[in-house]
Amino acid sequence: MSERGSIHHLKATDFSELYPSALTNVELRGALAFGTKLVSNRRDNTVAAVDDWQDLRDRASSIKTDVLSNLDQYLQVFEQQAQASGTHVHWASTPAEACSIITGLAEAQGAKLAVKSKSMVSEEIGLNQALEESGVRPVETDLGEWIVQIAGETPSHIVAPALHRSREDVRELFARVLGRPMPEDAEGLTEVARLELRQAFADADIGISGANFLVAETGSFLILENEGNIRMTTSLPRMHIALVGIEKVLPRLSDLDVFLRVIGRSGTGQRLTSYQTLVTGPRRTSDDDGPDEVHVVLLDNGRSSLLAEEVTSQTLGCIRCGACLNTCPVYRQIGGHAYGSVYPGPIGSILTPQLAGLHQASQLPFASSLCGACRDVCPVKIDIPEVLLHLRAKSVADGPRVRDAVTHQKIRRQVGGFKMWSWAMRSPRRYRMAGRVARVMAWMATRLPFIGRCSGPLRGWTKGRVLPTPPRRSFRAQMARRKQSGTPGGGASS
Amino acid sequence: MKIAFFASCLIDQFRPSAGLAAVEVLERCGCEVVFDQRQTCCGQPAFNSGFKSEARSVCSRAVKLLDEQLEQQGCEAIVCPSGSCAAMLHHAVQLLGGAEAQMAQRVAARVYELGAFLVDVLGCTDLEAAWSGRVTWHDACHGLRDLGIRDQPRQLLSKVRGLELVEAKTCDRCCGFGGTFSVSMPGISLAMADEKLDELETLGVEAVVSGDASCLMQLEGRLRERGSSIKGLHLAEILASRESDP
Repeated sequence: MSERGSIHHLKATDFSELYPSALTNVELRGALAFGTKLVSNRRDNTVAAVDDWQDLRDRASSIKTDVLSNLDQYLQVFEQQAQASGTHVHWASTPAEACSIITGLAEAQGAKLAVKSKSMVSEEIGLNQALEESGVRPVETDLGEWIVQIAGETPSHIVAPALHRSREDVRELFARVLGRPMPEDAEGLTEVARLELRQAFADADIGISGANFLVAETGSFLILENEGNIRMTTSLPRMHIALVGIEKVLPRLSDLDVFLRVIGRSGTGQRLTSYQTLVTGPRRTSDDDGPDEVHVVLLDNGRSSLLAEEVTSQTLGCIRCGACLNTCPVYRQIGGHAYGSVYPGPIGSILTPQLAGLHQASQLPFASSLCGACRDVCPVKIDIPEVLLHLRAKSVADGPRVRDAVTHQKIRRQVGGFKMWSWAMRSPRRYRMAGRVARVMAWMATRLPFIGRCSGPLRGWTKGRVLPTPPRRSFRAQMARRKQSGTPGGGASS
Repeated sequence: MKIAFFASCLIDQFRPSAGLAAVEVLERCGCEVVFDQRQTCCGQPAFNSGFKSEARSVCSRAVKLLDEQLEQQGCEAIVCPSGSCAAMLHHAVQLLGGAEAQMAQRVAARVYELGAFLVDVLGCTDLEAAWSGRVTWHDACHGLRDLGIRDQPRQLLSKVRGLELVEAKTCDRCCGFGGTFSVSMPGISLAMADEKLDELETLGVEAVVSGDASCLMQLEGRLRERGSSIKGLHLAEILASRESDP
């Protein structure tokens, strides 16, 4: 299995340039505010209606912990059971391997057209590009994903790929790409997409999807959706290929009970998604429809390297519901594209550097106020702030080889400061001196603004914020005087 | 009850009024407040920035002093007028190893944020405080999500004479401070503050009240930049107030 993976079109090292332009994009921020608020409010309301929500989270989390501690065994059982039901199972340790397995299957089929349902793993490995290069035209059939595809973009959200686009935006895009006037309303626009996609379903040689869960016990995979496009993708073409990360396996069919209850509520604020497609092997003679061949491609791409430590392995518990993105105050301001990774937001900030290597995305773990809103909503209880802190500490401790240029500069500037700080904080006398210096500096900067503009942290602060007017005397000085004058509370003095 | 007061470096140096108010409130509730002049910082700035060894050396010092107050000076609890520093003293258990981890465990078991201490330990909600005006509460992230503090400050504020508490929809959204995050990514940090302040300015409040001086520094700094007349006040400052002049 591979040590470290890679992510297609990763440009998280450009984070420092990407996010400022997102912040000044008024349309983007309007769409983000609307979309994230809508979904996270729905999520909060449906979750509030569940009495045993915390219990469900505990159960989901403990099933995932068990899976990740015994991943090899569950995957073996899955493989055996899947094969027994007639599904072909392929193992890919790298994106290149996964792409060549899939393009090889397409070639053997003589395929020219593939319909795809939304799959973040296919984005991760750059499958569409690989298909195009081997002469197969991929057509995305999830509405949001199709919008993103015809716009020549990548998804900005793992559940709602076109969250960054407003309805007017989509209307203009459709009109431009299809070369005809478009209806104003969302229903009308959806109808346009439906008609465009209908022909692709009829013509497709293969269907490609991801999967939300693999079930070891039965060798099945489950895909959840609301548009019906996945049901068509898995049943109309002659061949179906599911591309799935190895961490998606669950031991038993009954485990779906818990996960179906948490994933819809967390992801879209639905009690249950409109469609649940459970695929167990190809079409049987008694079946009305379904593919003649079913393939599952199991992708590692760096995932197994996360299993070594508890702090990192919890990342693999993620069920890609996207709740952490919707609630994250940073994501809500800058959107998904700014992260420069197919996996944005809080989960992306821990998953991207761990899959692709910290040096490829070392700015992301620092792009957080550590507010913990992500941890609160996570249905499998991933302690995202803990992992962010772990990755920050790794950036500092492991040196330049794990940092990108921007992180390296930042940490290099901070090293001396934190050394001095810790030296000052270890002695009350030095601490008092340092405090006095800080207050004098702040006092001077409130009177002479140019001071605030020249030095490091002060400059960051005074960009858009007024400095507090520092007090003449510190709390400790006032407590010491209070003690001298005989008022209680002065306590032991050094 | 004899308590050790952990002031936090930010309150000590930049908002002593909140520290003094907290001491006054605690004494009014019958506590004997001991402030050890040797204390400095809990180590949080370095811990959150990834500088673990620097954080460890500062944190272990704080933990030792507090443990000494518990074990040798007869203090029964540690009270801190900051949820994030109190939460850091909980993180210390994992940060520090060996014998120090045991000390950290003792400290973590007895450390309380001011509002939670007043309500949960002392059972005091009515402090006979008076402050006339309309305010809203900002849930500081670490107090809210690491320590589970949500109702206590609201109970305390609801008993303040003349005070009208209005809830903001964004009450539990981060203010955008986040320690070094606020100066290394100021654009995002300010956008986060603005999302809250846009709502705050529609509520007709005179002040936003919080349990963490760092959030207040961020919110006040931004409010003043925006030319707003809304003030930032620490919970302790309201609770210590006896006069009806905001």
